[in-house]
Amino acid sequence: MMTQEPILKARGLVKRYGKVTALNNADFDLYPGEILAVIGDNGAGKSSLIKAISGAVVPDEGEITLEGKRIQFQSPLEARDAGIETVYQTLALSPALSITDNMFVGRELRKPGFMGKYFRMLDNKAMEAFAREKLNELGLMTIQNINQAVETLSGGQRQGVAVARAAAFGSKVIILDEPTAALGVKESRKVLELIQDVRSRGIPIVLISHNMPHVFEVADRIHVHRLGRRLCTINPKDYTMSDAVAFMTGAAEPPAEAAAA
Amino acid sequence: MSDETLSRPKGQDFEASLDRSDKTVASFEHNQKGLMDHIQKALHGNPTLVPVIVLALSVAVFGVIAGGKFFSAFNLTLIMQQVSIIGLLAAAQSLIVLTAGIDLSVAAIMVLMSVIMGNTAISLGVPTFFALLIGFAGGTAAGFLNGLMVTRLKLPPFIVTLGTWNIFYALNLWLSGAQSIRSQDIDASAAALKFFGEAFKLGSARVTYGSILMIVVFFALWYLLNKTAWGRHVYAIGDDKEAAELAGIRTDRTLVQVYMLAGFICAIAAWSSVGRIGSISPQAFYEGNLQSITAVVIGGISLFGGRGSILGALFGALIVGVFQSGLKLAGVDVLWQVFAVGWLIILAVSIDQWIRKVSA
Repeated sequence: MMTQEPILKARGLVKRYGKVTALNNADFDLYPGEILAVIGDNGAGKSSLIKAISGAVVPDEGEITLEGKRIQFQSPLEARDAGIETVYQTLALSPALSITDNMFVGRELRKPGFMGKYFRMLDNKAMEAFAREKLNELGLMTIQNINQAVETLSGGQRQGVAVARAAAFGSKVIILDEPTAALGVKESRKVLELIQDVRSRGIPIVLISHNMPHVFEVADRIHVHRLGRRLCTINPKDYTMSDAVAFMTGAAEPPAEAAAA
Repeated sequence: MSDETLSRPKGQDFEASLDRSDKTVASFEHNQKGLMDHIQKALHGNPTLVPVIVLALSVAVFGVIAGGKFFSAFNLTLIMQQVSIIGLLAAAQSLIVLTAGIDLSVAAIMVLMSVIMGNTAISLGVPTFFALLIGFAGGTAAGFLNGLMVTRLKLPPFIVTLGTWNIFYALNLWLSGAQSIRSQDIDASAAALKFFGEAFKLGSARVTYGSILMIVVFFALWYLLNKTAWGRHVYAIGDDKEAAELAGIRTDRTLVQVYMLAGFICAIAAWSSVGRIGSISPQAFYEGNLQSITAVVIGGISLFGGRGSILGALFGALIVGVFQSGLKLAGVDVLWQVFAVGWLIILAVSIDQWIRKVSA
């Protein structure tokens, strides 16, 4: 099906916490330009897989490659520098800081010239202009004031800011952890449109979700995780939601050709 | 692949009715916004407004009660001079409080460093310049110790600094032999230690260099916190440390730097305090910790971290100074000054709680 090389690939990941094996020889493939959904029952090791890829945990064994190059992250910061952006379920926004400040946290722009170089003065104007432009591109400018504190935004708007932050900085891969879990019907719809919008810019997305309708709507492929490893990868057009649920809960055996993929 | 994706119907079946759904934004509350809502929102955007208003009001009220004596240039500069040490400690305290911590050891660090500066310069005969450098290094190291225990041992800042407060205080008694260094001895061999007690005349006002130093330190910190990336990170950490970490801030490293900077400011305060009280006393400023927290809280900096302006702490220190001076000039017993400051603290924290409940 896929002739290209995966942009992000993991082989044989193992992560143990004491006696618990969270990742048991897990594999993972993400191809350029696709939306890959990762589903699995609670405790299947989805979070550990995502954490290993995003640098939040260091796997005990196995290897991860990004664009064919071997990578070993010690922190989320390193993963981000390599182009893997994660939008956490908690969003990791600072509520009292402004939208602009949140978008630029950890990669602020300094003023050019003397003030920036020796007094490390921030270039607020440039950051505001950039933030406004990025939010505009993603159709999020229903927000009136770019300098308003994030805590004054609605849940969907906050999710939008977090996704815009991930998409704005030339990232290679975006990981979205349960982006619609805390949202209502209308806001979920906006976020799903936003996800497709980001994909149409050519950025591949890993979507972790429990919401089967959302997964089947936007995903190009579905990675089913079970008992700490990849059980199979299925095409949402070939299978139904109940098939997917049956695979991930162990009620049905996956088809042989899907398990091999 | 992409063609098929595009041809897919948008949305789920059950969402079909969304197109016909009410598109207007809920507007019920906006029509009834009262004066209090506007005030709450204004304060949320600018929390320093409260101490500024309280300062202006208290100056006005004491001006009326105590009359011309209060408004004299002499008295106003005296207030500045009186709050200069607590003001510096409040500046250090503000940094810690902005990260959602609290530092009970600021005054202990300051007194210990003044003793170290005095002992090295006077008893050991080290040139004053180097004695000062040793003091600055010592203050920074004391802050580093606090920061290390907060970040590495993951202990609450309250406990860490409660411990180091006692430790530094004991060291200070040991090093000084519980003896003060007399003013004459400082004058004889290390007069520069008293530099910040000197003053210049501005009309009838006597402005000490210590007062100027306090203002300069506050504005330097204001710049650092508001105009640099490091300052944004301090706020982000105080707001939500986990979020800041995930967003890519090296929170532990920044926290240690915050504690080191606070320790350094305490050492600056140590130098200034020698000029302020004229001698070096191991027993001085024993209540400085709590007074610095008082100034910070009255200044509208949230004890929960991430909110408030450093300049608020300056206004907070000045408010306490104005209250003390005004009540004294009005002939009120000193116990009522303490009484009034107590109510100010409670008022300030309740206002902070109220501001934090603001909605868009």
